[in-house]
Amino acid sequence: MANRTYEVMYIVDPETPADKLTKLNEAVGNLIEKEGGTVVRMDDGGRRSLAYPIKKKTEGFYILFEIEGTGQEILELERRMRVNDMIIRFITVRVDEDRKKADKMKAKREKRAATRAKFRPTEEAAPEAAV
Amino acid sequence: MIDREVDEVRDRDMMAGSEEQFGDKAPRRYQRRRPRQVVPDYIDWKDVEFLRQFIPERGKIMPRRISGVTAKDQRRIATAIKRARSMALLPFVWE
Repeated sequence: MANRTYEVMYIVDPETPADKLTKLNEAVGNLIEKEGGTVVRMDDGGRRSLAYPIKKKTEGFYILFEIEGTGQEILELERRMRVNDMIIRFITVRVDEDRKKADKMKAKREKRAATRAKFRPTEEAAPEAAV
Repeated sequence: MIDREVDEVRDRDMMAGSEEQFGDKAPRRYQRRRPRQVVPDYIDWKDVEFLRQFIPERGKIMPRRISGVTAKDQRRIATAIKRARSMALLPFVWE
């Protein structure tokens, strides 16, 4: 199966001690590796205030993982996150397709710009041809 | 029937500040709308600063007739805002 890229973000309870937080993040990383995925990027967003209270908390630790895999690891990860009390909110977004589309659009635009430049030289180069 | 539809489209297209009058019967040429805003190819749902542009005071998603982006871009922006909201990066309502 073709590889997919996911972004998994979760918010951890602000009252979690620092050592427990690092342990949790390690556990997530290990779980992904065990299930056959690879961690592309792990971002600790730090403590941030929430836009609205969740479970009476107004702050939280934001953690972001970028994962490459088949989707199996996501299944297991989400199941575990759901039962974990420290994690108050999580989201998984598949990003590879949107990124591919963005690259395609960019390539198209560049190609069009190149064609345009070829047929319509700049003013300095050929002022009489600019009309 | 068709004429009425065309008129409706025209009325919708006339934004505040337009010089034309609604009442006159003279035929007007339909002008193709152009996006008034350039949106990046990849819209990141974590980019709060960018998404905030499309959120007025109340915290609602700005309608397309105000923001002036293409239908495709509007859909992408709306999805991104909804994702950001669910992760408490953006509020659902601002009082």
